[in-house]
Amino acid sequence: MATVELSFTPLPAHVRTARLVATAVARRSGVDESLLDVVRLAVGEACSRAVEGHQLHCPAEPIRLALTDTADRFEVEVTDNCAPAGRPGGLDGPQPPVSTAVPAGLGIAVITGLADDVQISETSAGTSIRMSWPSAGAVR
Amino acid sequence: MDLKLDHHSKDGIEIVDVEGEIDVYTAPRLRELLIELVNSRFYQLVVNMEKVEFLDSTGLGVLVGGLKRVRAHDGSLDLVCTQERILKIFRITGLTKVFGIHDTVDEAIAARRSEK
Repeated sequence: MATVELSFTPLPAHVRTARLVATAVARRSGVDESLLDVVRLAVGEACSRAVEGHQLHCPAEPIRLALTDTADRFEVEVTDNCAPAGRPGGLDGPQPPVSTAVPAGLGIAVITGLADDVQISETSAGTSIRMSWPSAGAVR
Repeated sequence: MDLKLDHHSKDGIEIVDVEGEIDVYTAPRLRELLIELVNSRFYQLVVNMEKVEFLDSTGLGVLVGGLKRVRAHDGSLDLVCTQERILKIFRITGLTKVFGIHDTVDEAIAARRSEK
């Protein structure tokens, strides 16, 4: 098992960097070329969601992206530090700008549609989105 | 690549040419352009996405927002896109039923004309 970890300040500009890194590691891990666009989009959605939450709730804290290749899967985990009460769209939390016109939960819906294995876990510290795709084995 | 935006009129319809990546970082620029066009009374829009390399849900939100704005003036917002990787997100979200999606700008204009 090999893991690449990326930690970035919650700025929209860094989401593209996260996508590029995730795509590069997925390719190296043996994810089929036909799935790389899907990985790129799903990682972008998860990171965008985390950036939006952090900007509203905890802009000084970084977002963590972990990319792991196992024997036959490429796993991605995006972890934010937005506690449920402060999460955008949450009942007690700050609301995202109306001007974005993005329905709440659309990002999650897209992720669910893109990855065949998605686990979303919420803790008191924040949310972790884990998703994975088949890989042919990493180039080591 | 960053986002490049341009627009021009054709047959009375404003064509918005989009090139590059539409994501959480760049989508606000597209939103501003669509708002600017509506404020300038362009209510018939075609967004040409043939050179778009990436589109996420933030970009979808901007397009839906643009559609709402033009429809408030009995206008329209159609899309031109043939790239499967871009069309995929429209299918996942069911937005293929919301937008008119065409293969070419001329086809989008013709479709709009036939509905008038």
